[in-house]
Amino acid sequence: MKFLKRLLVAVVIGLVLYALNLAMSKEGLFGIGVPLYQVDLWKLAGINVILAVSLNLINGFTGQFSIGHVGFMAVGAYSSTFMTVYYTQGLEQSLAGAVGAGVAAAIVFLLVIIVGAIAAAIAGLIVGIPTLRLRGDYLAIATLGFAEIIRIVIVNTNRIGAATGFRGAVDPWPGRVTIPAYTNFLWIGIFDVVTIVIIYNIVNSDTGRALISIREDELAAQAMGVNTTRYKVTAFVISAALAGVAGALYGHWRLPHPADFTFVRSFEIIIMIVLGGMGSITGAVLGALVITFLPELLRQLPGEVYNYRLVIYAALLILIMITRPQGMLGGREIGFNWLKRAQRRPEGDTAVGADKGVPIAERDAPTADHAKEVENR
Amino acid sequence: MDTFVQQLINGLNIGAIYALIALGYTMVYGILRLINFAHGDIYMVGAFAGYGLAYFIAANLGLAGASWGALLIVLVGAMITAALVGMAIERFAYRPVRKYSRMTTLITAIGVSLLIENLFVARYGGMGRGFPQLLNDRTYQLFGNAAISKSQILIFVVSIALMLLLQWIIYKTRVGTAMRAVSFNLNSSKLMGINTDAIITFTFALGSALAAAAGVLTAQYSPTIDPLMGITTGLKAFVAAVLGGIGNIPGAVLGGLLIGVAETMVVGYGANVGIASTYRDAVAFAILILVLLLRPSGLLGSTVQEKV
Amino acid sequence: MRRTLIALGLIAALLMATGCARRGGNCPDPGGAIKVGVYGDLSGQTSSFGQSTKNGVQMAADEINAAGGINGRQIQLVIEDDQGEPGKAATVVQKLVNQDQVRALLGEVASSNSIAAAPAAQEAKVPMISPSSTNPKVTQVGDYIFRVCFIDPFQGEVMAKFAANTLKAKRAAILFDSNSDYSKGLIQFFKQGFTKLGGEIVAEQAYAQRDRDFTGQLTQIRSANPDVIYVPGYYQEVGVIAKQTKQLGIKAPLLGGDGWDSPQLWDLGGDALNGDYISNHYSVDDPTPVIQDFVKRYKAKFNGTAPDAIAALAYDAMMVLADSIKRAGGTDCQKLRDAIAQTTNFKGITGVISINSDRNAVKPAVVLELENHKFVYKETIQPDTGGGTTSPSPEGSASPAASASPAASAQPSASSSPTANTSGGNANAGATNANQ
Repeated sequence: MKFLKRLLVAVVIGLVLYALNLAMSKEGLFGIGVPLYQVDLWKLAGINVILAVSLNLINGFTGQFSIGHVGFMAVGAYSSTFMTVYYTQGLEQSLAGAVGAGVAAAIVFLLVIIVGAIAAAIAGLIVGIPTLRLRGDYLAIATLGFAEIIRIVIVNTNRIGAATGFRGAVDPWPGRVTIPAYTNFLWIGIFDVVTIVIIYNIVNSDTGRALISIREDELAAQAMGVNTTRYKVTAFVISAALAGVAGALYGHWRLPHPADFTFVRSFEIIIMIVLGGMGSITGAVLGALVITFLPELLRQLPGEVYNYRLVIYAALLILIMITRPQGMLGGREIGFNWLKRAQRRPEGDTAVGADKGVPIAERDAPTADHAKEVENR
Repeated sequence: MDTFVQQLINGLNIGAIYALIALGYTMVYGILRLINFAHGDIYMVGAFAGYGLAYFIAANLGLAGASWGALLIVLVGAMITAALVGMAIERFAYRPVRKYSRMTTLITAIGVSLLIENLFVARYGGMGRGFPQLLNDRTYQLFGNAAISKSQILIFVVSIALMLLLQWIIYKTRVGTAMRAVSFNLNSSKLMGINTDAIITFTFALGSALAAAAGVLTAQYSPTIDPLMGITTGLKAFVAAVLGGIGNIPGAVLGGLLIGVAETMVVGYGANVGIASTYRDAVAFAILILVLLLRPSGLLGSTVQEKV
Repeated sequence: MRRTLIALGLIAALLMATGCARRGGNCPDPGGAIKVGVYGDLSGQTSSFGQSTKNGVQMAADEINAAGGINGRQIQLVIEDDQGEPGKAATVVQKLVNQDQVRALLGEVASSNSIAAAPAAQEAKVPMISPSSTNPKVTQVGDYIFRVCFIDPFQGEVMAKFAANTLKAKRAAILFDSNSDYSKGLIQFFKQGFTKLGGEIVAEQAYAQRDRDFTGQLTQIRSANPDVIYVPGYYQEVGVIAKQTKQLGIKAPLLGGDGWDSPQLWDLGGDALNGDYISNHYSVDDPTPVIQDFVKRYKAKFNGTAPDAIAALAYDAMMVLADSIKRAGGTDCQKLRDAIAQTTNFKGITGVISINSDRNAVKPAVVLELENHKFVYKETIQPDTGGGTTSPSPEGSASPAASASPAASAQPSASSSPTANTSGGNANAGATNANQ
């Protein structure tokens, strides 16, 4: 019964995404469609959702401050497009003979998304193991440094287009001249759902509790027998892999360009989760949507105001930090209670009621971190 | 040989700029444990203040063109302006969040940085503008091809003078003693009757003034300023502070000079060992990560006990 | 469960609410005022380029409208800012094409941005004329992409010739902007041309956009002891490079391209620029009456600002477009495209413009010397020897050939763009199958 119910949910979500994808395609759904200009925004919003929700696992739930998320996105984007440009063309053609061009392209795309995710995960592991020893602001700056190094390496690698962006095979090497535009809204939507489900399940598992305990008090968690380093690295790698997926989707939609992967973009993702609330999945989704659409809405305003849109963001960020440092939603989730009930009831876990949705992070977190530290020196 | 000496001069020159900015990072971190992300932007604000002042005095005081007087006014004026901006940031953005966790303060710092940058972009546009030349630049031949220009000498002289001044303030004045006490233990110094808020504000003012000086000096040397000029330079200066041992004043200077020289040497000789000159910006970050992994306390920093 | 459905339904409804009926393409002429999209960097690093483009197009459009429009129809400009970023350029063109439904596009200046934006125009079959992107790849995107300026192979060769023949240089050093297609393209063709004429490239150094300090690179260049230094970058960095060259005591003149042409250059480089040379599209000081008249009208319209080459090219681009619309008898996309392709001997401000089979303009270049805050005309170099190896197009037969077989004459990379689109469409269907 439980399985059937889930299957039904999956099918319904799939159908809705499929319909939306049609509505966003050139032909439209029954001749009606979303304006093409807005389609771009919805795609961008979808990719931002993946980025925000995945970063939230580190920054929101584990309490480790990474500001290098875009580095993993870059790894995903470049590794996957590198594959499609130089290696998968033959595979796609031979598959196309057997199963048809469309399915072949889908298989190849899924394959390179996985490649992108794995590459980003490996990068996450390489970055994570040494840096997660560091605390707080040192970790932040180290992740930023790594992301910048990744970008500079890309800028200096001719085979992936170097500083002028990757558009397809580069001169001495044979391959596809343009990066195939596989990405559509269906792909993005599916991976949005996948990301949310993965993060939701992690957070509501033993691992998630361990992660939250690290956020609340790393030392206490360690004393309770939580292998903090292992959990931190795990969270970091998962988050990096999902960022890699976002990168792969982005790379096969817009041509990847190093200018798209500067740390300003990392800051943007941070603003999304800060706005929505650190440690809230729905908050991250909301934040991603707001940050994607707000500038375009502001575009309608007269020029003067539009010019100041980024100033408004920044002021908003500071204001939130001063008045409500846990973000708009804090750790709360919207509309997740019913989902939780649906999930729990069959296991007979009736005790987890409404309060389960309000994690420990809810309290105003003046951890007295600083005072304690100063005293200890 | 003359090429090598020349590269050394070039490197020390940028290094001196990094050092001036790094001092601000290191002082603030020493007291508040806060990476003041906006510090690089203060450097930019200083340069813009100098730009405005230079035009103002050219129009109103008749000190047009290159003159030492104009340069002095611009330098000091920019330092004062930046100090005021720094104090305002401390008062209105950082003080309210000081009681929260480090993450909150760090995000606030990022917010302040974005605010300043975008305000200037919106107000003045993203393009660079030429900074008026306040001294008749000329080049002195040293030996062989090696040469040094007046603006480079100016950077060395002014930055050394400012560093000595800072050293004097910190070690020979009452307020300097208070600063050291606060950085040693904030709460105890409060108990000792030190007005810690005032000391923190003063620290921000001091650091901001130094960054502004760096801004004006750079603008004499490479005469273009733009609202985003502080991002990379600021980050590199922060790395310099970490390299020297954050919280340590001579360390910041040493770190700045080392990063400047390392960067220039990569541009000059990197190609010989297969590193393209465009890897220059990666140098600082690579150094940062090595330092954090191998010696987190930096070259001159004392080993700080991590929070237990 | 029910709420899942409600939530999903709500999202779907929201999307559909903003939806609109799909039209069968925007190809036929809708009649009425002719909407022309203009995009450029109006607020970013190279905003001087965008502003000049905007001014040039605006002036041309105003003149056309004042004279009664094209066949009685007025031109309506829709101007968008892309902040000089390739990604934003693509988004902005999407908006212009799909939301504003412009009939033609004018832009960008920087080649990287044009290349990023062109696929959207090509896909929607909206003819795009780049006023001043000189990298060959721009028009290779597809058969709806044109330009009214010469291309880098020619520009690079012009400077190589000037260096070798007029300046009698034997040793050249190169300092280029590794972030721009434009700069990379120019050095490639400069190197080819210069070595062919017996010269030697003695040093090659790169910098990144936004760099402030170039002394490291320049010191290495100095130790190679060149006669000239070729710096085909944008004015932002070039001004500082000129200053630091002099600070290091380097006497060799700098040579550059049209990327230097901005009134701002003088603020940045000042007197340090004296004695340097650039190749450009036209010269403000050219005594030809047509040009002087244009300069006078432009100055009157824009508070005494002299039109740089970017502005003149933008003006020409608008005029070529207007001329083509007139010849096509409207803005039907196919007819308009063909009309632009058939442009021959159009007398523009920046020279006589003929569009060749690669959709590039064939026209002469001028070499200017920088002297006391002015570009002083040195010499004109004709295109007959130019063109280089990449565009061996017989100019005379260009126009008929172009209209006859636009697709056949397109380069491999051009034809691959639509291919990519089809495969995208297939992936679309494929993903569906996989999901069901």
